[in-house]
Amino acid sequence: MATETLIWLIPLPPVLAFFLIVLFTNKNKALSHSVAVGAAFLSWLGSMIVFVRALGVEHLGEHPFASSINWLPTGETWLKIGVLIDPVGAAVLFFVAWTIFMIFLYSVGYQNYGQPEGDHDRAGLPPHGATVHGHAVPSVEPMYSRFFAFLGLFAFGMYTLVVSDNLLTLFVGWEIMGLCSYLLIGFWYGKPSARDAAVKAFMTTRIGDVFMLLGIAFLYSATGTLSFREIFTEKILHTLAIVPSGVLGLSAAGLIALLLFIGTIGKSAQWPLHVWLPDAMEGPTPVSAMIHAATMVSAGVYAGIRMFPLLSLDPKTMTIVAFIGTFTAIFAATIAVAQNDIKRVLAYSTISQLGFMIAALGVGAYIAAVFHLITHAFFKALLFLGSGSVIHGMEHGVLHTGNHKIDPQDMFNMGGLRKKMPITFWTFLIGGFALSGFPIITAGFWSKDEILADAFGHGHLAVFITLAVAAFLTAFYTMRQITLTFLGEPRTEEAKHAHETHWTMTAPLVVLAVFAIGYGWVGIPEHFPLLGGLVPNWFHEFVGGTLAEHPEVLEFNLIPLATSLFVALGGLFFGWLAYRNVGSPVEDKLQIGVLKNKWYFDEIYDFLFIKPATWFAEVFVSRWMDKGFIDGILHIFGPTTGGIGDIIRNYFDVPVINQFFGDGSAHATYWIGRNLRPIQTGRIQQYLILSLVVLFVVGGLIYFLLLA
Amino acid sequence: MIPLSWYLILAAALFCIGLFGVLVRRNAVAILLGVELMLNAVNINLVSFWRYGNVAIMTGQVFAIIVFAVAAAEVAVGLALVISVYRRRNTVVAEELDLLKW
Repeated sequence: MATETLIWLIPLPPVLAFFLIVLFTNKNKALSHSVAVGAAFLSWLGSMIVFVRALGVEHLGEHPFASSINWLPTGETWLKIGVLIDPVGAAVLFFVAWTIFMIFLYSVGYQNYGQPEGDHDRAGLPPHGATVHGHAVPSVEPMYSRFFAFLGLFAFGMYTLVVSDNLLTLFVGWEIMGLCSYLLIGFWYGKPSARDAAVKAFMTTRIGDVFMLLGIAFLYSATGTLSFREIFTEKILHTLAIVPSGVLGLSAAGLIALLLFIGTIGKSAQWPLHVWLPDAMEGPTPVSAMIHAATMVSAGVYAGIRMFPLLSLDPKTMTIVAFIGTFTAIFAATIAVAQNDIKRVLAYSTISQLGFMIAALGVGAYIAAVFHLITHAFFKALLFLGSGSVIHGMEHGVLHTGNHKIDPQDMFNMGGLRKKMPITFWTFLIGGFALSGFPIITAGFWSKDEILADAFGHGHLAVFITLAVAAFLTAFYTMRQITLTFLGEPRTEEAKHAHETHWTMTAPLVVLAVFAIGYGWVGIPEHFPLLGGLVPNWFHEFVGGTLAEHPEVLEFNLIPLATSLFVALGGLFFGWLAYRNVGSPVEDKLQIGVLKNKWYFDEIYDFLFIKPATWFAEVFVSRWMDKGFIDGILHIFGPTTGGIGDIIRNYFDVPVINQFFGDGSAHATYWIGRNLRPIQTGRIQQYLILSLVVLFVVGGLIYFLLLA
Repeated sequence: MIPLSWYLILAAALFCIGLFGVLVRRNAVAILLGVELMLNAVNINLVSFWRYGNVAIMTGQVFAIIVFAVAAAEVAVGLALVISVYRRRNTVVAEELDLLKW
C-alpha cells in the first residue's frame, strides 16, 4: 500500500470501533473491548509501518509523505484537508501509537474485565465490588463498553491531529479530544466531583480553543491557507513577520502565534489555564494516562511545535512562551511536593513537565521540546498506569478489610508496596527515575538535560536557573512519592493486603518501562563525554530535518550537565532522606497551606471569575435586569392594559354593546313579537280585513300627503 | 255612447259586493265565489279601458283573458283545497280553519 494511503487510514479504526461499539456491541463486553483493542492495534500497526518507512527516506524533511484533497469550496479556492508525515510527525506518531495501544490494553484489566457484576453497582459510579462465596472481589465496570467507545473516539482525535497537514483538521482532532476528555473525566457522572471536573476541564480548555480558533481565522485571512507546508514557506513567513497586527505592537506572525499558543496553554494546562488538569484526575486512571501523557496535553505541545516557525518569528512571542513555560514548570512543581493523592502528584508533575517543553520552545530549543515530549509521554503514561495499578492493588486491600473509609489514592495509606506489587514497583521506579532525570540510563535525563543545555547555551540564564530548580523539585517529589508508596513498611491494613494486578495491566507497564529507559539513547548529544558518539544522535538528525533551516549543534558545556546531574541525584536523595520515616501528613513538613491549596488559584479564579459571573447572572441579570427592570416594565404594562380593558369593559362593552345593542335589541324584538302576536289569529278573513285597513290607511296617507 | 264612468261604477259595485262576500261569508266556497266576483269586476275595468282607449293596442283584452285563465285555475285549486279540508276537518267554515294562529 502506498504510504500516503496508509497514513489516511491510520485514524480510522478507532472511530469505526467507536461506532461499532455504540451501535452494535454495546451489550457484549468481550466483543466491545476486542473491537476497541483490535482497532488500536490496527492503528498501531499502520503507524509502525509508516514510521519504519519514514526512517528509510533520505531528507524526509524536504520530501515528507504528504497528500491532500479539496474539501470545502471557499469562493475561488478550496479548503484542503490532507495528511503529512514529516520527521516530527513520524516521531510523535510513534509514541502516540505505542501509548494509545498500551492504554487500551491496560483498560481491559483496569476496568475489571472478567470479574462478576457488582452487588449494587450502578452506571455512572465506580464499581464497588461483588461478593463471591463470602469473599469481596472487585466487580466489573458497569459501563465497560461505553468506556472503550469513548477511548476509541479519543484515539481517533489524536491520530487525526497528528497526521493532519493543516490547522483545520488539527483543530478538528483537537476539539474531538476536548469532547472526549469531557466525556471521560465525567465518566463516573454519578459523582458530583467528577461532573464538576468534567465541566471545568471543558470550560477551561474552551477558553484556549476560542483564542486558537481566532488565530486560525486570522492566519487564514492573512495567508489564504491553513496548510503547514504552504504557510511555512520563506515568502509567507516573511510577509507575516513584517505586517503589523495593530495589537500590542506585535507583528501579524507574532499575534497569530500568540493566539495559537493560547490554545496550547489551554490544552497543555499551562499557567494560567492549568486548573483543569488536577481535577481531571476524577476520571478512571487510563483516562488520566490518555489525557495527561499520550494525547491531549501532548497535542497542545505538538501544536506549539508545529507552529514553531511562526512562533520564532517574533522575539516578543518567544519571550512570552518562554516565560509561561518556565513559570508553569516551577509553579506546578512546588504544588506537587505537597499533594498526597498519588494521581494528583503526577498531574502537577505533568503540568510542570509540559512547562519544560514550552520553555524549550520559548528558548528556541525545538528539538529538545519534541524529545522531551516523547520521553515524557512514555514515562508519564507509565507512571499514570503504574499509579492506576497501585490504586487497583489498594482497592483489593480495601475490599479485603471492608473499610471503605480508606482512600486508596492517598499515599499516606500506602507504604511497603514494593513487596506486594513487584512489577508495578520496578516499572514505577523506572518511570519515576525517568521523570527525575536519573543520569545516563533513563530517557528523561537526556531530554531534560538537552532542554537545560539549550536554555544555557542560548543564554537564557533565568530560564535555565528556574528550570534547574524545577527539575530539583521534580526529583524531590518523585522520590517522595516512591518512598511513601513503595518503600518502608505498610502503614495500613489495606496496604498489607494489596496485591499485584492482572497481566493486562502489568504488561503495558513493562513495555512502557522499556521505552522510558531506551528512548533516551536515540538522542545522546555527540559531544557528551565518554558516551557521545558511541550511538549517533539519531533523534537530532532525524527531527532536525523537519525545518528548512537545520539547527546548529550546541557546543558541549559542563555547567548544565553538572547542574542536571546534581538536581536529579540531589532531588532523589533529599526526597528519600526527608520521607523515609514520615508516616502521616502531620509529620510531613511540606504540607504548607499555600502549596497544599495550589497557591489558591482555584480560590482566586473563583473570586475573580466565577463569583462575578454568578453575581452577574444571579444578581445583575436575574434580580436587577430580569426581575427588576424587565418585570418592572411588564408590571407597568400589565396593570395599565388591565385597567384600560376594565374601563372599556365596564363603560363601553357592558352598557353599550351588551346591554343596549345586545340585550336591548333582543328585548325590543321580544316585545314587538309579544305585542304583535294577538293579530296572528289564523283566520283568513281577519287577515283580509287587516290588509284592507292597512291598504286604506297607507293609500290614504300616500294620497293625501304625497299626491295632494 | 255610454260614458266610461258607468262601467267603472258597475265594476266598483261588483268589486265591493265580491269583497263583502269574501269578508263576511263563513263558507269557504262562498268566499271563493266572492273572489270570482272581484276578478270579474277587474275584467270589466280592463275591457272598458281598452274600449275607451287606443283600440289598436290589445293589452286590455289580453289581460282579461289571462285573468279568466288564472281565475279558472284558482277556482280549480281552491275547490280542491276546500274538498280536501272538508274531508279532513269535516267543515268548510273559514273561521274554524285557524291552525296557523300563534
